[in-house]
Amino acid sequence: MSLSQEEIAERLGQAGYIADRELATALALMELLKRPLLLEGEAGVGKTEVARALAAVHETRLIRLQCYEGLDQSAALYEWNYQRQLLAIQSSLGKGASDIEDQIFSEKYLLERPLLAAIRQEKAPVLLIDEVDRADEEFEAFLLELLSDFQVSIPELGTITAMSIPYVVLTSNATRELSDALRRRCLYHYVDYPDVERETRIIMARVPGAGASLSLQIARMVEAVRKEDLRKVPGIAETLDWAAALVGLDVRDLHDAPETVHETLMCLIKTREDKARMPREVTERLLRNVA
Amino acid sequence: MSAAVAELDAVSARVAAKLGGFLATLRDNHFAVGLREGQNAARIMAAGYAARPPRLRAAFKHLFCTRKGDWEKFDGLFDAYWLGERVRSRSLVTNAAQPQNSPSLKSLQDSPKGAGEQMATDQLARPEDAPSNRSGEGRAEGASQAECLDEIDFRKLIDPAQIEEAHAAAVRLARAMRTRLTRRDLARRRGRALHLRRTIHANVSHGGAPIALVRRKRKLKPLRLVILLDASGSMSLYTGVFVRFIHGCLDEFREADAFLFHTRLAHVSDAMREKNAARALDRLSVMAQGAGGGTRIGESLATFNRWHARRVIHSRTCVMIVSDGYETGDAALLAREMAQLSRRCRRIVWLNPMMGWEGYAPEARGIRAALPYIDLYAPAHTLKSLEALESYLARL
Repeated sequence: MSLSQEEIAERLGQAGYIADRELATALALMELLKRPLLLEGEAGVGKTEVARALAAVHETRLIRLQCYEGLDQSAALYEWNYQRQLLAIQSSLGKGASDIEDQIFSEKYLLERPLLAAIRQEKAPVLLIDEVDRADEEFEAFLLELLSDFQVSIPELGTITAMSIPYVVLTSNATRELSDALRRRCLYHYVDYPDVERETRIIMARVPGAGASLSLQIARMVEAVRKEDLRKVPGIAETLDWAAALVGLDVRDLHDAPETVHETLMCLIKTREDKARMPREVTERLLRNVA
Repeated sequence: MSAAVAELDAVSARVAAKLGGFLATLRDNHFAVGLREGQNAARIMAAGYAARPPRLRAAFKHLFCTRKGDWEKFDGLFDAYWLGERVRSRSLVTNAAQPQNSPSLKSLQDSPKGAGEQMATDQLARPEDAPSNRSGEGRAEGASQAECLDEIDFRKLIDPAQIEEAHAAAVRLARAMRTRLTRRDLARRRGRALHLRRTIHANVSHGGAPIALVRRKRKLKPLRLVILLDASGSMSLYTGVFVRFIHGCLDEFREADAFLFHTRLAHVSDAMREKNAARALDRLSVMAQGAGGGTRIGESLATFNRWHARRVIHSRTCVMIVSDGYETGDAALLAREMAQLSRRCRRIVWLNPMMGWEGYAPEARGIRAALPYIDLYAPAHTLKSLEALESYLARL
């Protein structure tokens, strides 16, 4: 079953994800070429959300592996449940060694971690490898191997081959340069901040009660804020927070409530320095430019 | 074979040739395109994407790009090649053919002539007596073959052979520093807290009694070096040596990044990783157009802080700025950006070639603004002064 680009775009919309055309192409290609998709972009542009939407499109499970420094195979792939193995050994003292061995190295004592879980699903799941740039280089090399073969060998159990090839989505915040080998193995998509029109549609889809004109105003205002020289540029999640706050405070039009607008800007501004750079005058200036 | 099939074959052969040409264009523009990408591209075209150019462009874009830089220039390349927008194609496709725009960098490889010219800054130099040859005591491997060059100011090197030798020494020094720094790091790893799961694992053979303890190891990141090199006119006599020094640092070494700045900032790591130093310089001169003019350190640092710092700086990063501190832009901006940079990285080393000159005091506007944020302010006018840096970096 292969979905066309149009079908994917339509299903993304149903899943509440407002995608640009290029992203729908990327998701269609993933299926055509059976390649992983590498998403790069600033924090807060909705990279993780893409994987969620993709799982909804294919009506399948989302398996997530959050990367961090020091992540190793036993936390990412599989591990034996040593405590239970020990208990089993002690309770079956006196039996033959090979019996015990058969018992404690069986499925029952295997702890599945996300990567193993992903290749043992009947229906191809979406495997999200989040913030892969945080993991160490060694782990990246291991990941490469897994992504090309989709099989894992466990010495005590034998080789486990994928029952279905998962849709793999990798995200990166570019805190570290990824290796060329990993990049070349993947399709690449750069996720940018949405333009005003798309952000308006996102607000309308996600914040109940946000009307078209208010959403448009919010999107324009956020776009203006992003152009200011800030340390932490607000992402889509911040926009949605702010929109929800404004709707909750019963604001219908930004120009009617400049005070509230300035006071609720804390939804967008997250550091003290940035706060200092956005005094009341700046807010008012930006607000004036928002039609 | 029927006529229809033959016709079809002819068409597909032409499409394949056109596709091959496109792959070559991409390679010329530093895209990492291999055989597999080519096969996949053919598959994409066969799957119906070829019918509409925008769809094909989007599909190819995802396939061929591997980083943000590719992502941004791909549309232009695609339109130029497939849609025949001739005007743009010239400027975009052939960006490797304009080397003369940057005379000062281009002339670095063969530039002994420039050394004789009068520079405005030369007035500060003392009328030096002939360079003394008293050296040769227990020196590190880096500069052992260039003993007599050790203490000569880079400016004073006139003879092309001598310059070449100094460049080579700078490269050797950089390589020696690299390996030694890495080795010291490895020896310092030591465990701290208990790793409970692993301890149980390790003691299954003892029936579970925790005899052999497993500790969590703290893994040290190797020191990362980020070099910002001033390539303005006032520095032109030193740029050559430092370019070679940086080339040596980056070569085969993951944890280093280099930037070049004059009136704006350019990320030059990729160009400098080129194995052949002369070719690296060629690529560099294309990237650094306008070098040899004034310096806007503040603005360049702002660009660095905004677009590059997050990616290239981690907790064990030393930022090395090589500049004479003559700022033609806004000194207040420089101070602000230095403050921001110092919050991010572990140490800021500022190397100033002029510090070795007699009677030099840090009075340039730029350097005065930056001084409060600098951890080490050191001279860098001779090989020996570069060598002294190593012990400092090793302690970080």
